[in-house]
Amino acid sequence: MTRYSAFAIAREALRQHTGWTRAWASPEPAAQYDVVIVGAGGHGLATAYYLGKNFGIKNVAIIEKGWLGGGNTGRNTTIIRSNYLQDPSAAIYEKARSLYEGLSQDLNYNIMFSPRGVMMLAQTEHEVRGYKRTEMANKLQGVDTRFIGPAEVKRLVPIMNIAGPRYPVLGALWQPRGGTARHDAVAWGYARACSEMGMHVIQNCEVTGVESAGGEVTAVNTTRGTIGCKKLGIVVAGHSGHLAAMAGFRLPIESVALQAMVSEPIKPCMDVVVMANTVHGYMSQSDKGEMVIGGGADHFNNYTQRGSWQHIEETVRSLIETFPMLSRLKMLRQWGGIVDMTGDRSPIISKTPLGNIFINCGWGTGGFKAIPGSGWAMAELIAKGEPGPLARDFSMFRFREGRFIDESVAAGVAH
Amino acid sequence: MLLLSCPCCGVTAEETEFANGGEAHLKRFGPGSTDAEYEAYMFARKNPRGVHFERWRHAYGCGKWFLMARDTMTLEVYGTYKAQTTEPPAELQAHIKARRPEWEGF
Repeated sequence: MTRYSAFAIAREALRQHTGWTRAWASPEPAAQYDVVIVGAGGHGLATAYYLGKNFGIKNVAIIEKGWLGGGNTGRNTTIIRSNYLQDPSAAIYEKARSLYEGLSQDLNYNIMFSPRGVMMLAQTEHEVRGYKRTEMANKLQGVDTRFIGPAEVKRLVPIMNIAGPRYPVLGALWQPRGGTARHDAVAWGYARACSEMGMHVIQNCEVTGVESAGGEVTAVNTTRGTIGCKKLGIVVAGHSGHLAAMAGFRLPIESVALQAMVSEPIKPCMDVVVMANTVHGYMSQSDKGEMVIGGGADHFNNYTQRGSWQHIEETVRSLIETFPMLSRLKMLRQWGGIVDMTGDRSPIISKTPLGNIFINCGWGTGGFKAIPGSGWAMAELIAKGEPGPLARDFSMFRFREGRFIDESVAAGVAH
Repeated sequence: MLLLSCPCCGVTAEETEFANGGEAHLKRFGPGSTDAEYEAYMFARKNPRGVHFERWRHAYGCGKWFLMARDTMTLEVYGTYKAQTTEPPAELQAHIKARRPEWEGF
């Protein structure tokens, strides 16, 4: 596989770019693997990558019913931040954010990580108090955030109307090391690195059943034949409940649609990520110049990857008050993704009632930012059979035990 | 945009006039139940790909709760019925079966 570098570009320029090879192989599925990961989105591919890199487990297949990163990995607004209130959340999201910083070098693939800063607007007195509390919690957790006043907000984002009238900007929780990355490149970079380690990335291969014997999984039935495995990782986001049902257990998960949209491209006007949780809107400007806008989730179960019209209107209407210049923009595209919401809006990285099946799901509206940390923790869980420090609190059995990680304000509204 | 008919006041309106209340026909478990039963009542949901029975409230109308059958794969609303029942009416079940023969039943 070609290593990407400035030298490689110069070499290929001299021979009309004939020397580039495919980024990853597309092998036929083998009869048996040590580990099978279902779901080749960011989380599944990252899990496989860290299984190989951290634990030397390379006889791995990652199987995907569609194409690489074609689910929520390609449908989010690419925001990366770790300013969470609860300790377990802050630990895993901060691990992910710090891994993102070096991921382009690690994978030898430019994921275009842009630590441009993430700003969460406080537009009510309650939010001001809430974010000041988060700032203190983050200090104890070693996460670099600070509360800034309206004048600093206006300096960082000149296009913002901070004067209200309905929702004046009273300040913001500012995480200067947060930012965005190119979402497809994260999936492609991990897939390329997995393929280079000899793992099999198998696309267009839908799981249709799970075979088990004596409380352990032995194989998965797929549209491309039966694939044996010693351990199975289920990393399929919105369709987790469906796969869990095949394996014979239930999850505390409901799937709903979350929408996002982009405007026509305009000249650079905003070089940070802004989130406004009171009005359910968040926005950044992509490198192409589009304003990338996300909003609230629908409230009913939905697998259609399209959301309700009124949420688009609500999101845009509320953002226009804070960003008046948006009112003249045309929207180019709108799309929806199916997000898997747990009862406490925190993810699940867990053992299951079947001994050698492990599940990673429930990331809800905020999975993209967690990809490297989630893969890191899930790889440790699969390799050792027991959760490490990052995954320990995210067991699916916490709902029975009453040990919730309550991030419903942070994760239920906006990401 | 879903179009719903409230079985309590008879009004047909867009979904913005209603509020979703999650899965219907849950069996309540309280004091004296096992941890597993209580967990299942509180958190475990069917979350099906297909026919889903759910609670709705006519929030900006008569204010009453009612139940509804809807398809989570197509967003088709099969019908609504009053909440004072433990299972969907037979004619609604027959209608769903006719629209979606592979449905395994309530």
